[in-house]
Amino acid sequence: MKVRVHVSLKNGVLDPQGRAIHHALEGLGFQGVNDVRAGRLIELDIDDGVTDADLDEMCRRLLANMVIENYRIEKVS
Amino acid sequence: MSLNAAVVTFPGSNCDRDMAVAIEAVTGTAPHRVWHGDAELPAGLDFIALPGGFSYGDYLRSGAMAARSPIMRAIVEAAERGVAVLGVCNGFQVLTESGLLPGALMRNSGIRFVCRDVALTVENNQSLFTAGYEAEQRIVIPVAHHDGNYFADDATLDRLEGEGRVAFRYAEPVNGSARDIAGVLNDRGNVLGMMPHPERMIEAAQGGTDGRALFESVLKGLVGV
Repeated sequence: MKVRVHVSLKNGVLDPQGRAIHHALEGLGFQGVNDVRAGRLIELDIDDGVTDADLDEMCRRLLANMVIENYRIEKVS
Repeated sequence: MSLNAAVVTFPGSNCDRDMAVAIEAVTGTAPHRVWHGDAELPAGLDFIALPGGFSYGDYLRSGAMAARSPIMRAIVEAAERGVAVLGVCNGFQVLTESGLLPGALMRNSGIRFVCRDVALTVENNQSLFTAGYEAEQRIVIPVAHHDGNYFADDATLDRLEGEGRVAFRYAEPVNGSARDIAGVLNDRGNVLGMMPHPERMIEAAQGGTDGRALFESVLKGLVGV
Protein backbone atom coordinates (compact mmCIF):
# COMPACT_ATOMS: atom_id res chain seq x y z
CA MET A 1 0.00 0.00 0.00
CA LYS A 2 1.14 3.54 -0.75
CA VAL A 3 0.99 6.06 2.05
CA ARG A 4 1.78 9.75 1.91
CA VAL A 5 2.95 11.50 5.05
CA HIS A 6 2.49 15.26 4.91
CA VAL A 7 4.74 17.07 7.37
CA SER A 8 4.05 20.74 8.02
CA LEU A 9 5.14 23.35 10.52
CA LYS A 10 2.83 23.91 13.46
CA ASN A 11 0.81 27.08 13.58
CA GLY A 12 2.78 29.83 15.26
CA VAL A 13 6.16 28.48 14.16
CA LEU A 14 7.79 31.02 11.87
CA ASP A 15 8.71 29.56 8.50
CA PRO A 16 11.75 31.32 6.98
CA GLN A 17 11.63 29.11 3.87
CA GLY A 18 7.97 29.84 3.27
CA ARG A 19 8.65 33.51 3.69
CA ALA A 20 11.50 33.39 1.15
CA ILE A 21 9.31 31.50 -1.33
CA HIS A 22 6.56 34.08 -0.81
CA HIS A 23 9.05 36.86 -1.46
CA ALA A 24 10.30 35.13 -4.62
CA LEU A 25 6.75 34.70 -5.93
CA GLU A 26 6.17 38.41 -5.45
CA GLY A 27 9.47 39.07 -7.22
CA LEU A 28 8.16 37.12 -10.22
CA GLY A 29 5.18 39.43 -10.30
CA PHE A 30 2.54 37.07 -8.86
CA GLN A 31 0.02 38.96 -6.79
CA GLY A 32 -2.61 37.95 -4.27
CA VAL A 33 -0.54 35.37 -2.38
CA ASN A 34 -1.25 36.05 1.29
CA ASP A 35 1.08 33.54 2.92
CA VAL A 36 3.32 30.59 2.07
CA ARG A 37 4.20 27.68 4.34
CA ALA A 38 6.68 25.07 3.15
CA GLY A 39 6.39 21.45 4.27
CA ARG A 40 7.60 18.02 3.29
CA LEU A 41 5.93 15.07 1.55
CA ILE A 42 7.21 11.58 2.33
CA GLU A 43 5.84 8.63 0.36
CA LEU A 44 5.99 5.18 1.88
CA ASP A 45 5.29 1.82 0.26
CA ILE A 46 4.21 -0.44 3.10
CA ASP A 47 3.10 -4.04 3.63
CA ASP A 48 -0.54 -4.69 4.49
CA GLY A 49 0.52 -5.77 7.98
CA VAL A 50 1.71 -2.29 8.94
CA THR A 51 -0.88 -0.84 11.29
CA ASP A 52 -2.06 2.72 11.76
CA ALA A 53 -0.37 2.66 15.14
CA ASP A 54 2.92 1.68 13.44
CA LEU A 55 2.55 4.61 11.03
CA ASP A 56 1.87 7.01 13.89
CA GLU A 57 4.95 5.73 15.66
CA MET A 58 7.08 6.23 12.53
CA CYS A 59 5.88 9.81 12.25
CA ARG A 60 6.40 10.62 15.91
CA ARG A 61 9.81 9.00 16.24
CA LEU A 62 11.41 10.10 12.99
CA LEU A 63 9.41 11.55 10.10
CA ALA A 64 8.18 14.62 11.99
CA ASN A 65 9.83 16.61 14.76
CA MET A 66 6.90 17.01 17.14
CA VAL A 67 8.44 20.15 18.69
CA ILE A 68 7.85 22.14 15.52
CA GLU A 69 5.91 19.97 13.08
CA ASN A 70 2.55 18.29 12.57
CA TYR A 71 1.95 15.33 10.32
CA ARG A 72 -1.00 13.96 8.37
CA ILE A 73 -1.16 10.43 7.02
CA GLU A 74 -2.90 9.88 3.70
CA LYS A 75 -3.51 6.36 2.37
CA VAL A 76 -3.30 6.48 -1.39
CA SER A 77 -4.11 2.92 -2.49
CA MET B 1 44.05 12.18 36.85
CA SER B 2 43.19 13.02 33.28
CA LEU B 3 39.96 13.67 31.48
CA ASN B 4 38.60 10.52 29.81
CA ALA B 5 36.90 12.09 26.79
CA ALA B 6 35.46 10.92 23.49
CA VAL B 7 34.65 12.69 20.24
CA VAL B 8 31.97 11.09 18.07
CA THR B 9 32.23 11.07 14.29
CA PHE B 10 29.11 10.70 12.17
CA PRO B 11 29.26 10.38 8.38
CA GLY B 12 29.42 14.04 7.39
CA SER B 13 30.92 15.37 10.62
CA ASN B 14 33.62 17.90 9.74
CA CYS B 15 34.61 19.47 13.06
CA ASP B 16 35.48 16.22 14.81
CA ARG B 17 39.20 16.67 14.35
CA ASP B 18 39.07 20.31 15.50
CA MET B 19 37.16 19.17 18.58
CA ALA B 20 39.69 16.43 19.35
CA VAL B 21 42.62 18.83 18.89
CA ALA B 22 40.97 21.41 21.17
CA ILE B 23 40.27 18.85 23.89
CA GLU B 24 43.85 17.59 23.79
CA ALA B 25 45.29 21.13 23.70
CA VAL B 26 43.38 22.19 26.81
CA THR B 27 43.24 18.98 28.84
CA GLY B 28 46.55 17.43 27.82
CA THR B 29 44.92 14.12 26.94
CA ALA B 30 43.83 12.95 23.50
CA PRO B 31 40.16 11.91 23.44
CA HIS B 32 38.92 8.57 22.17
CA ARG B 33 37.48 8.72 18.68
CA VAL B 34 34.12 6.98 18.39
CA TRP B 35 32.30 6.05 15.18
CA HIS B 36 28.52 6.50 14.78
CA GLY B 37 28.00 2.81 14.07
CA ASP B 38 29.66 1.70 17.30
CA ALA B 39 27.18 0.24 19.75
CA GLU B 40 29.24 0.92 22.86
CA LEU B 41 31.26 3.79 24.26
CA PRO B 42 34.75 3.37 25.71
CA ALA B 43 34.58 2.45 29.40
CA GLY B 44 34.67 5.08 32.11
CA LEU B 45 34.10 8.20 30.01
CA ASP B 46 33.81 11.56 31.76
CA PHE B 47 32.99 13.69 28.74
CA ILE B 48 31.53 13.15 25.28
CA ALA B 49 31.64 15.75 22.50
CA LEU B 50 29.36 15.73 19.46
CA PRO B 51 31.03 17.83 16.77
CA GLY B 52 29.79 20.12 14.04
CA GLY B 53 29.25 19.16 10.43
CA PHE B 54 26.48 17.88 8.24
CA SER B 55 25.82 14.41 9.58
CA TYR B 56 24.06 12.20 7.02
CA GLY B 57 23.94 15.18 4.67
CA ASP B 58 21.35 16.87 6.90
CA TYR B 59 18.79 14.51 5.32
CA LEU B 60 15.24 14.84 6.66
CA ARG B 61 16.25 17.48 9.26
CA SER B 62 19.64 18.59 10.55
CA GLY B 63 20.75 16.03 13.12
CA ALA B 64 17.70 13.81 12.66
CA MET B 65 19.44 10.77 11.25
CA ALA B 66 22.46 11.01 13.55
CA ALA B 67 20.13 11.17 16.56
CA ARG B 68 18.87 7.69 15.64
CA SER B 69 22.31 6.16 14.99
CA PRO B 70 23.52 3.21 17.13
CA ILE B 71 26.01 5.22 19.20
CA MET B 72 23.34 7.72 20.25
CA ARG B 73 21.52 5.08 22.28
CA ALA B 74 24.68 4.63 24.32
CA ILE B 75 25.16 8.41 24.58
CA VAL B 76 21.60 8.97 25.82
CA GLU B 77 22.16 6.30 28.47
CA ALA B 78 25.49 7.86 29.44
CA ALA B 79 23.91 11.32 29.71
CA GLU B 80 21.19 9.88 31.92
CA ARG B 81 23.92 8.42 34.17
CA GLY B 82 25.39 11.93 34.45
CA VAL B 83 28.25 11.78 31.94
CA ALA B 84 28.95 15.28 30.57
CA VAL B 85 27.90 15.76 26.94
CA LEU B 86 28.71 18.79 24.76
CA GLY B 87 27.09 19.24 21.36
CA VAL B 88 28.39 21.99 19.10
CA CYS B 89 26.53 23.16 15.99
CA ASN B 90 25.40 19.94 14.30
CA GLY B 91 26.06 18.30 17.67
CA PHE B 92 23.49 20.68 19.24
CA GLN B 93 21.02 19.72 16.50
CA VAL B 94 21.65 16.03 17.28
CA LEU B 95 21.01 16.67 21.00
CA THR B 96 17.64 18.35 20.36
CA GLU B 97 16.65 15.66 17.86
CA SER B 98 17.55 12.93 20.35
CA GLY B 99 15.47 14.56 23.08
CA LEU B 100 18.43 15.22 25.40
CA LEU B 101 17.76 18.95 25.05
CA PRO B 102 14.42 20.74 24.55
CA GLY B 103 13.47 22.75 21.48
CA ALA B 104 14.52 22.53 17.86
CA LEU B 105 16.94 24.29 15.50
CA MET B 106 15.26 25.67 12.42
CA ARG B 107 16.48 27.35 9.24
CA ASN B 108 18.10 30.74 9.99
CA SER B 109 15.52 33.52 9.83
CA GLY B 110 17.53 35.27 7.10
CA ILE B 111 17.65 32.01 5.08
CA ARG B 112 21.37 32.40 4.49
CA PHE B 113 24.18 30.31 5.93
CA VAL B 114 25.88 32.46 8.58
CA CYS B 115 29.64 32.07 8.99
CA ARG B 116 31.38 34.70 11.12
CA ASP B 117 32.62 35.59 14.57
CA VAL B 118 29.77 36.61 16.89
CA ALA B 119 29.66 38.18 20.33
CA LEU B 120 28.05 36.07 23.04
CA THR B 121 27.06 36.81 26.61
CA VAL B 122 27.71 34.14 29.23
CA GLU B 123 24.29 33.97 30.88
CA ASN B 124 25.05 31.24 33.40
CA ASN B 125 28.60 30.92 34.72
CA GLN B 126 27.66 28.38 37.39
CA SER B 127 27.49 25.34 35.12
CA LEU B 128 30.00 22.56 34.56
CA PHE B 129 30.75 24.01 31.13
CA THR B 130 30.85 27.72 31.96
CA ALA B 131 32.26 28.04 35.49
CA GLY B 132 35.52 29.40 34.07
CA TYR B 133 33.81 32.48 32.63
CA GLU B 134 32.78 35.63 34.46
CA ALA B 135 29.07 36.29 34.94
CA GLU B 136 27.74 38.12 31.89
CA GLN B 137 31.20 38.00 30.29
CA ARG B 138 31.21 39.06 26.67
CA ILE B 139 33.09 36.56 24.52
CA VAL B 140 33.64 36.12 20.77
CA ILE B 141 33.17 32.70 19.19
CA PRO B 142 32.55 31.87 15.52
CA VAL B 143 29.32 30.43 14.15
CA ALA B 144 28.96 28.54 10.87
CA HIS B 145 25.46 27.21 10.34
CA HIS B 146 22.33 27.22 8.23
CA ASP B 147 19.96 25.84 10.87
CA GLY B 148 20.72 27.65 14.10
CA ASN B 149 17.42 29.37 14.71
CA TYR B 150 16.49 28.03 18.15
CA PHE B 151 12.79 27.42 18.68
CA ALA B 152 10.84 26.28 21.71
CA ASP B 153 7.35 27.19 22.92
CA ASP B 154 7.03 30.11 25.33
CA ALA B 155 6.47 27.90 28.36
CA THR B 156 9.69 26.00 27.63
CA LEU B 157 11.63 29.23 27.04
CA ASP B 158 10.33 30.66 30.32
CA ARG B 159 11.37 27.49 32.12
CA LEU B 160 14.84 27.51 30.56
CA GLU B 161 15.38 31.12 31.56
CA GLY B 162 13.90 30.64 35.02
CA GLU B 163 16.13 27.64 35.73
CA GLY B 164 19.33 29.29 34.47
CA ARG B 165 19.54 26.87 31.58
CA VAL B 166 20.37 29.48 28.96
CA ALA B 167 24.17 29.14 29.01
CA PHE B 168 24.97 31.59 26.21
CA ARG B 169 23.00 34.30 24.46
CA TYR B 170 23.88 36.11 21.23
CA ALA B 171 24.81 39.71 21.95
CA GLU B 172 23.69 40.66 18.44
CA PRO B 173 21.09 39.31 15.99
CA VAL B 174 22.50 36.22 14.23
CA ASN B 175 19.89 33.73 13.10
CA GLY B 176 16.49 34.59 14.55
CA SER B 177 16.86 32.38 17.64
CA ALA B 178 14.13 32.73 20.22
CA ARG B 179 15.30 35.18 22.90
CA ASP B 180 18.72 35.18 21.19
CA ILE B 181 19.53 31.81 22.74
CA ALA B 182 22.89 30.42 21.57
CA GLY B 183 23.33 27.54 24.01
CA VAL B 184 21.13 25.60 26.45
CA LEU B 185 21.67 23.15 29.30
CA ASN B 186 19.57 20.15 30.26
CA ASP B 187 17.78 20.15 33.61
CA ARG B 188 20.59 18.29 35.34
CA GLY B 189 23.28 20.55 33.89
CA ASN B 190 25.42 17.78 32.41
CA VAL B 191 24.40 18.33 28.76
CA LEU B 192 25.15 21.54 26.86
CA GLY B 193 24.22 22.29 23.26
CA MET B 194 25.44 25.42 21.52
CA MET B 195 25.62 26.65 17.93
CA PRO B 196 28.88 28.66 18.22
CA HIS B 197 32.16 26.74 17.95
CA PRO B 198 34.32 27.07 21.10
CA GLU B 199 36.79 24.53 19.67
CA ARG B 200 37.68 27.12 17.03
CA MET B 201 38.88 29.66 19.62
CA ILE B 202 41.63 27.80 21.48
CA GLU B 203 44.91 29.28 20.22
CA ALA B 204 45.72 32.94 19.51
CA ALA B 205 46.46 31.95 15.91
CA GLN B 206 42.75 31.15 15.52
CA GLY B 207 41.89 34.80 16.21
CA GLY B 208 41.09 34.44 19.89
CA THR B 209 41.04 32.08 22.86
CA ASP B 210 37.55 32.64 24.28
CA GLY B 211 36.67 28.97 23.76
CA ARG B 212 39.39 27.70 26.09
CA ALA B 213 37.53 28.46 29.31
CA LEU B 214 34.73 26.08 28.32
CA PHE B 215 37.08 23.10 28.10
CA GLU B 216 39.03 24.28 31.17
CA SER B 217 35.74 24.42 33.07
CA VAL B 218 34.92 20.84 32.10
CA LEU B 219 38.41 19.67 33.09
CA LYS B 220 38.24 21.43 36.44
CA GLY B 221 34.69 20.30 37.13
CA LEU B 222 35.29 16.65 36.29
CA VAL B 223 38.94 16.07 37.15
CA GLY B 224 39.57 18.90 39.58
CA VAL B 225 42.65 20.45 37.97
